[in-house]
Amino acid sequence: MSKKLTLDDLRALRNKSRAALEQRTPEGKTVEIIVGMGTCGIAAGAKETFDALLEALAANQLDQVLVKQTGCMGLCHSEPTVEVRAPDMPPVIYGHVDAQVADRIVTQHVMAGTLIENHIFDRPAGDIMARR
Amino acid sequence: MAFKNYLLVCGGTACESNQGIALYQNLQRELKYQGADAECQLVKTGCFGFCEAGPIVKVLPDETFYVKVKPEDAAEIVAEHVLKGRPVSRLLHGADEQQPVRAAPELDFYQKQVRIVLRNCGVIDPDSIQEYIARDGYAALEKVLFEMQPQDVIRELELSGLRGRGGAGFPTWRKWLFSQQVANPVKYVVCNADEGDPGAYMDRSTLEGDPHSILEAMIIAGRTVGASQGYIYIRAEYPLAIQRLERAITQARELGLLGADILGSGFAFEIEIRLGAGAFVCGEETALLASIEGKRGMPVPRPPFPAVKGLWGKPTVINNVETLANIPVIILKGGAWFSQIGTGTSKGTKVFALTGKVRHSGLIEVPMGTTLREIIFEIGGGIKDGKAFKAAQTGGPSGGVIPPEFLDTPIDYENLQKIGSIMGSGGLIVMDEDDCIVDVAKFYLQFTVDESCGKCAPCRVGGRTLYNLLEKITRGLGVTEDIQKLKDISLAMQRASLCGLGQTAPNPVMSTLRYFMPEYEAHINERHCPAAKCKELIQYLISESACVGCTACARACPVDAIRGERKKVHVIDQALCIKCGRCYEVCKFGAVSRG
Repeated sequence: MSKKLTLDDLRALRNKSRAALEQRTPEGKTVEIIVGMGTCGIAAGAKETFDALLEALAANQLDQVLVKQTGCMGLCHSEPTVEVRAPDMPPVIYGHVDAQVADRIVTQHVMAGTLIENHIFDRPAGDIMARR
Repeated sequence: MAFKNYLLVCGGTACESNQGIALYQNLQRELKYQGADAECQLVKTGCFGFCEAGPIVKVLPDETFYVKVKPEDAAEIVAEHVLKGRPVSRLLHGADEQQPVRAAPELDFYQKQVRIVLRNCGVIDPDSIQEYIARDGYAALEKVLFEMQPQDVIRELELSGLRGRGGAGFPTWRKWLFSQQVANPVKYVVCNADEGDPGAYMDRSTLEGDPHSILEAMIIAGRTVGASQGYIYIRAEYPLAIQRLERAITQARELGLLGADILGSGFAFEIEIRLGAGAFVCGEETALLASIEGKRGMPVPRPPFPAVKGLWGKPTVINNVETLANIPVIILKGGAWFSQIGTGTSKGTKVFALTGKVRHSGLIEVPMGTTLREIIFEIGGGIKDGKAFKAAQTGGPSGGVIPPEFLDTPIDYENLQKIGSIMGSGGLIVMDEDDCIVDVAKFYLQFTVDESCGKCAPCRVGGRTLYNLLEKITRGLGVTEDIQKLKDISLAMQRASLCGLGQTAPNPVMSTLRYFMPEYEAHINERHCPAAKCKELIQYLISESACVGCTACARACPVDAIRGERKKVHVIDQALCIKCGRCYEVCKFGAVSRG
């Protein structure tokens, strides 16, 4: 039988469980980070990128960021690719995002509002996007 | 490591009975087999409400909403969506009409809904007390135990305007106040989960999807009125809800949220489950209390009301499931917040079980004051198969029908009463042009006749007589005087019956007479059923000019009542015909008429 809770225990348990639950609910999220996880992305290490993003968010205690996965974004030459949509910033696609760049996306782009040079890519041509 | 994706599988009775259990098991196996179980969490949640299209799987965080998912779809969902981030478009709602909707919030079904009672349904795992606690669970209890006095709780409820969701709409704060004011060392809190209206399953879904919210509210009620024992009276036909409640009670006990000295406050409270045997009358509060005491479930006259003299003669607060589910939210967000939702006299939201001839049947929660048109045509997607709306039935056997002219009436307690129906517990059955209104009235009377406890004559004899008259009319044997008889008996039952069951049993008759008199008259005067439902009043005929002699009808007829050679006109032998309508359905040339 587990221990009977005191008021403080209950509050501590709530804070602990809340963090886990908040990760899955989209309520109250203002920033979206979308990781391209097509075959190309995964082969180039998108899973490590994804984990690095989650770790960086947890380390910096950011709970307003939603990390989603999507299919191939069409930039297979620059995988892993990550799109970031933050308020007051243009949507940006970053390429060649390894764990280190993932960490910079969180600390620089999301937290400081600055872009990360040498990793910004354009969207593929509009006609290709339309066909997808 | 944190999860990247979450698969939420509906664990409500509707989805589980439609291979939902096998689906869950297959997803579990596939996640493991495809090596994704470390990055994707599988959660069994409560009802999403979109029961029409179950089983439902929702993927978070992107909120993709898969409908009608079969167990064999599990491998594809894992391979495509979980591993590669590509949605399985064929499983999206509207995929068969080439208009797939990807995310749940974009579905019309959810647009007008406001979820207070169902706040956790389809969001958390009902078997996990941690997830309930994470969503502010037991925070209201904290507040009541350590920051509020009993009178503060009652004042907050008064401010909220919350009224009983079981049907009658009695202000909840007054019930609590009555009990609180009686000086008695022993008092009880009872949750009425004896949901019995045909087509209603709001309380079942709430209990299945969020059992802890009911426990929390009952503990709050106990603290407020000074009770230390609670009972949940639930029908034995709800095995899943009972199982989840039992587990929730065990979890709460283990963590010290039930039992002695809750959270170190010195307050003690226990909850036990009592199973009902399925008698409809046991939803009536005095009959329910008798049943808990181990007696036969029969009502007794009120007053005294249970709040003063209830279970074993002690003051007893008895609230319905949905009423209780509102209470933790009211305590946390305040009565003033709650009273902003709804209409002048009816505050908050109402959960409806939307069923019948509506395209998207399911469980919905809307603010009081929402119109029937919004519910049926926007949330429910309109009438099935493009047929015409005829009426909606609310309040079950105690309610009435609402004709098309009141589609735009805002739904609240008073408005429904004004138009001859009641809010009831929340069953909402939609009828179309194929439903015969006399037959509908007869259906409800059959129900109340079966369920009458037989203690008082107005209900026992009156109900049976009403039923016989309706039966007579649907068989084409009615006479004009029967209408007056229906009205007289109804009135007598309303005035003289002992409890709510008998007093309200004539409502379906009264309200259909009020709005659909021409249909009664057609049955009596013309021996004609306009909806072509009453078998004795319809005849199937084959048109000589349209029949091509294909023999389809003759082959379909189960009693060989159709004669005719190939390529020659067929004829129905009316003496043999059982009016099953098979010939009408199979004729490709529209040669069979019904009327």
